[in-house]
Order: sequence, then C-alpha cells, then structure tokens
Amino acid sequence: MHNNKKGLRALVSACATAGLLSVGSNLAAEPVKVGIMLPFSGVYAALGDAGRNGLKLALTQNAAQLHGRDIEYLELDTEARPERAPELASSLLDKDKADFIIGPVHSGVAMGMSKVLRNKDAIMIIPNAGAAAATGPLCAPNVFRTSFSSWQPSWPMGKVALDAGYKKVVTMSWNYGMGKESLEAFEESFTAGGGEIVKQILVPFPKTEFQPYITDIAATAPDAVFVFFAGGGAVKFVKDYNALGLSDKIPLLGAGFLTEGTLEAQGDAAEGILTTLHYADNLDNAANHKFRQDYASSFGKPADIYAVQGYDAGLLIAQALNTLGGDISNRTALIAAMQASTIDSPRGKFTFSKAHNPVQDIYLRKVVNGENQVLSIAAAALEDPARGCKL
Amino acid sequence: MDITLFLFQLMNGVQYGLLLFLIASGLTLVFGVMGILNLAHGSMYMVGAYLAWYFVNTTGSFGVAAVISAIIALLLGILIERTLIIRLYRRNHLDQVLLTIGLIFVFNALQSLLWGNDPLGVAVPAWLDGAIPLTEMIEYPVYRLFVSGLCILIGIGMYLTINRTRLGMLIRAGESNRDMVECLGVDINRLYTLVFAAGVALAAIAGIVSAPMVSVVPGMGEHVLISCFVVVVIGGMGSIKGAFVGALMVGIVDTFSSIMLPQVSSMMIYILMAVVLLIRPRGLFAS
Repeated sequence: MHNNKKGLRALVSACATAGLLSVGSNLAAEPVKVGIMLPFSGVYAALGDAGRNGLKLALTQNAAQLHGRDIEYLELDTEARPERAPELASSLLDKDKADFIIGPVHSGVAMGMSKVLRNKDAIMIIPNAGAAAATGPLCAPNVFRTSFSSWQPSWPMGKVALDAGYKKVVTMSWNYGMGKESLEAFEESFTAGGGEIVKQILVPFPKTEFQPYITDIAATAPDAVFVFFAGGGAVKFVKDYNALGLSDKIPLLGAGFLTEGTLEAQGDAAEGILTTLHYADNLDNAANHKFRQDYASSFGKPADIYAVQGYDAGLLIAQALNTLGGDISNRTALIAAMQASTIDSPRGKFTFSKAHNPVQDIYLRKVVNGENQVLSIAAAALEDPARGCKL
Repeated sequence: MDITLFLFQLMNGVQYGLLLFLIASGLTLVFGVMGILNLAHGSMYMVGAYLAWYFVNTTGSFGVAAVISAIIALLLGILIERTLIIRLYRRNHLDQVLLTIGLIFVFNALQSLLWGNDPLGVAVPAWLDGAIPLTEMIEYPVYRLFVSGLCILIGIGMYLTINRTRLGMLIRAGESNRDMVECLGVDINRLYTLVFAAGVALAAIAGIVSAPMVSVVPGMGEHVLISCFVVVVIGGMGSIKGAFVGALMVGIVDTFSSIMLPQVSSMMIYILMAVVLLIRPRGLFAS
C-alpha cells in the first residue's frame, strides 16, 4: 500500500518534470480524497480486495490525467454489515470531507450508504452492489454505479433459455434482495416469451446446505435451472449440483456471478455452465488485454468482474478530473462531466444512463477449461429500466 | 412426497447430522469435562479446512494432507490450552467467552494473512471420487457416504473410550469431582490438556473432511459454530450421546423444513431447541 503511494508520487513527479502536466499546479497541494467502503473481512472479503485493487490500478495508471493532484485513500472495512454502513459513510462525509466515496459490495450496505450520501457533496460510486433501488427510487445526481443493476445480468438469460428450447425452469437463490431481484428479472423475460417457472426456491441467507434443495430439483425434473449465487456460496452450490450428478442431466444457467472469482475452487464441477454477465475473461479488446496483464502482474492473480468494476470506478474519476483540468470544486460541473463520460472498460465501452447506471453489453459465457469464455452478446447496450427514478 | 424422495431427504438429513455431530462432539466434550466454553471451536473447524487445502496443494495427496493437518491441529490444541485456557480454570464463563471470542478474531486475521480471502476448493480424492446411481436422475457421491461412515466410527470410538477405558474413567471422574481425582494422585492438568487438544482435533478433522464438499472461505467457522451450539444445547451440555442425538435431530429437521416449510425453515432448528428446553430445561441428556 505504502509502495503504491510512493509509486504514484514518483510517477506524478516524473510526469511533471516531463512537462505533461498543465498549469493546475496550485491545486496540486490539495490531494483528492477517495474514501473506500468495501468489505475486507468476512464472507465478501475477496470481492472487496478485488475492487480496491482495480480502483488503485486505474488511478495509478492514469496519474497523468489527474493534473498533478495526489490521491489520498481513506479505507474503511464495511465487513458487509448493513448496520454499520450509515456510521462509516457519515465519518467519510463529515469528518474526512471525502471527494469520492467508493463502495460497497453488498446491497444492504448500499442502502445504508445511500441514505447518508444522497444529494450530499461527496460523489458516491458503487463498484458492485446491484440493488435496483440505488439507481431506481433512490437515484440521486451524486450517486453513480460502475457495475450493474440486479436486473441487467439476469434479464437476457430468459431469452437465451427460450432459444435453447427450455420450457420449464426452476429458479433458486438466497432469500435476499439481490437474489430475488435477479430471479424476477429472469422470470420477466422468460415468461414473456412463453416459458414457465415451475418452482422458485429461496434459501435463507447465508445458508449453504443445498443438498435437500438440489434433491428436490431432481425430483421436479425441469428442463433447466436458473440460479443466482456468488462467492463461497456459488462454489458450494456448483459442487453440490455436480456431486449429486445433475450437471450432465439438467443444464445449469446463472447470473455470471456464479462463476466469477470462483472457478479455481469449483474445478471441473463448473465445466459447461452457461451464464450471462457484462464481462467475460477472454473478451477481445485492447483495454481488456492490457488490464488483465497489468492486474495479474500487479496482484499475482487473475482479474475478475469485481476487479473490473473497481477499475472502472478509477477510470471514471480520472476522466472527470482530466475533463475539468484537475479542479473538482464545482460539484455540478463534476457530475456533468461524469455523466457525459464514455468509459473505455475491459468489458467494452460503456456510457451512463440518466439514472447513472452503465448502459452496457451483456455477454453469454460458457465455462471452458476453467475460464469464462464468451459465446455471443446476449443483449447489446442494455439499459436498466430504472423504475422509480426521477432524474 | 413419494417414498424414494422421502428416503433421499432422510439420507441428506442424516448425513448433515453426522457431520454436525463430529463438529459438536469436541465442543461438548471440552465443556463437560473441563467446564470450558470454547467459542473459538468453529475457528478450529476453519483451521482444519484451510490446512487441508494447503497440504493437498503442497503434497498432492488428500490422505497425507489429512494426517498432517490433524497432527498440527492437535499440537495447536495443546499450545492453546497450555498458554491460554490454563488461566481460565476456576474462572467464570464470562471470562472464558471473552478470551475465546478474542481467539476467533485472531484466527480470522491469521487466515486472511496466510491464505487470503478468495474462496478455495479442495478436490475429492480420486479413490473416493465415484457416485452410486440411485435413480435415473440422482446419484449419491461415494465421498459423502465415506464421511458419514467416518463420523459414525469416530462416534463409536469416543463412546468406547469414555465408557470402557481407564482414561475414560478418569475423564468421567474429573468431570464430577476434580479435586478428588487430584487427591488420588492423577495429574489432572495433563488430562485436561489431552481433552482440550482432542476437542480441537475433532473440530479440525470435521473441517478437513468437509473441505472437499464445501467451499473453504473466510467466516466458515462462525457459520458452523451457531449450529453446533444448538446441537449441544438440545443434547445437554457435556453429553456425547446428547450431541449425537441432537445433531441427528437438527440435521433431519433442517432438511425437511427446508423442503416443506421454506418460509420458516431458518427458524426451525431454534424452535426445535426451544421445544426441547421447555420439556427438558437442561437438554435431553444433561449430566
């Protein structure tokens, strides 16, 4: 961490001596304060780490765009506990006077942060949490998302399932916001095209004893199963599904989180799973090649979607600073600059909707040899309907 | 629910229950014999799973990894008892709770530093990586049957040790009157160290054998700890037999409520606990 800062300083001063920086040097005295509210311990720790790594990588690589301004990081561990969110967000907002607050992973935490930060001076950038409300009824000029809305990754899978000829599907997830919203999005497009949800299974969060439910699925014998699970739960589900012998009998479909950052742990059990997501490991674009290479060499492990979303939050900040010549004191101008930006993301270029959610392609991916390989674009430039947003 | 499905779910419940028994037995043993309430018991389960992952990767053999991990866990148990738990004898449960909660944080931090936060997976060892087809749709993994068998064997082993050996006699005597055992010239401290280390090893072994079936993730210890306490309270604190019966009850109730009463399934094991406590305030087989 300390080394990163040193590296950043060295890079900035190198750029300065090379005469790359504009005349905004009187601003250079004041660092840009970037608050980070991610889980660094507990169930979602891996997701928090990846998001932070991506964010810092983007801001280090694009230091030249910051017009001589240093970045000061203020990091708080949310532990993915919603009840702590308001207090942590308040301290970054009032005590630290953060310019940007990046977080969180968990949708429950997002609701708590949003309550405190909506319509305030700090800019909130959500690098993961997909809760519909954050860019729906709770949308605000100063709240941006560089990830997805819960609806986006799951909705295109309905059509994929219909095209594959599946008529009867069982859906399954944990019984919490993100899970239920994902199943609803799939259901919306699947039933609109004539498909039938024969059973919906909601498992109490964070329970991972899936065997009874999977036995039940086998007895129901649907054409396919659609699930939302992430992290450790996704590993356990895929292993259980395979252990009970269903993987080669009933096709498993999912929102892409099912196989993100988990493939190594899932091993052969994940082979052949179809998922839809706004990213795939082997996307063939220059930004992705560079990003994956840099990420792997900086952090010693392959990048996943959580790293991409953190990286794009960093790109968004760097671009906005560049547009404004390093002066972000006028918040209206800052928001306008952010809103108008096109992010050259590893997932492909994306813009922001009126509600500040990415308008992005959703890819159909298949797990082949332990990698999420892209098969096709399941939905191009998909915009979240942002139901309830008044922006 | 037809009869095949019912039998399947019963198998699922029994298998889950047996694993719970293996985890909970160490907790109840340490409490029964030494009067120590070890909240870090779940952390020992986590340590077992992470050690198994680490040694499978370094040695390439699950069997070798399991033996090394179990030995390390045993030594860890001895170390914890000699340095920390020894200060807690004759102190109240609140002090024990404070210390062992502190240990949970220490082990979580160590896990994060040593092995990172990504979910990890252990492959099922090749010689157990088969499945027995039960219907045309479902097959049952051999590994899970092996784990169930192992839990039963360990349970029988514990029962025989406590009820049929000299060591077991001392353990039972120490349980009822520590001072008298000391007066008879038995080194009670050594006995305590042994019992505590055995409790830690049991939790770690549960973690080791679970590793190929679950995802090895931060926080996995806390998750099992709560279920363990439910099992131990139902069975009666300190009773191995109670832990066995309680674990099977919890496993079966949890499995069937998941399917038949999904909306309230997360509460069912606690409702079961409440009902048992209403009828038997100290649990089913409290000593």
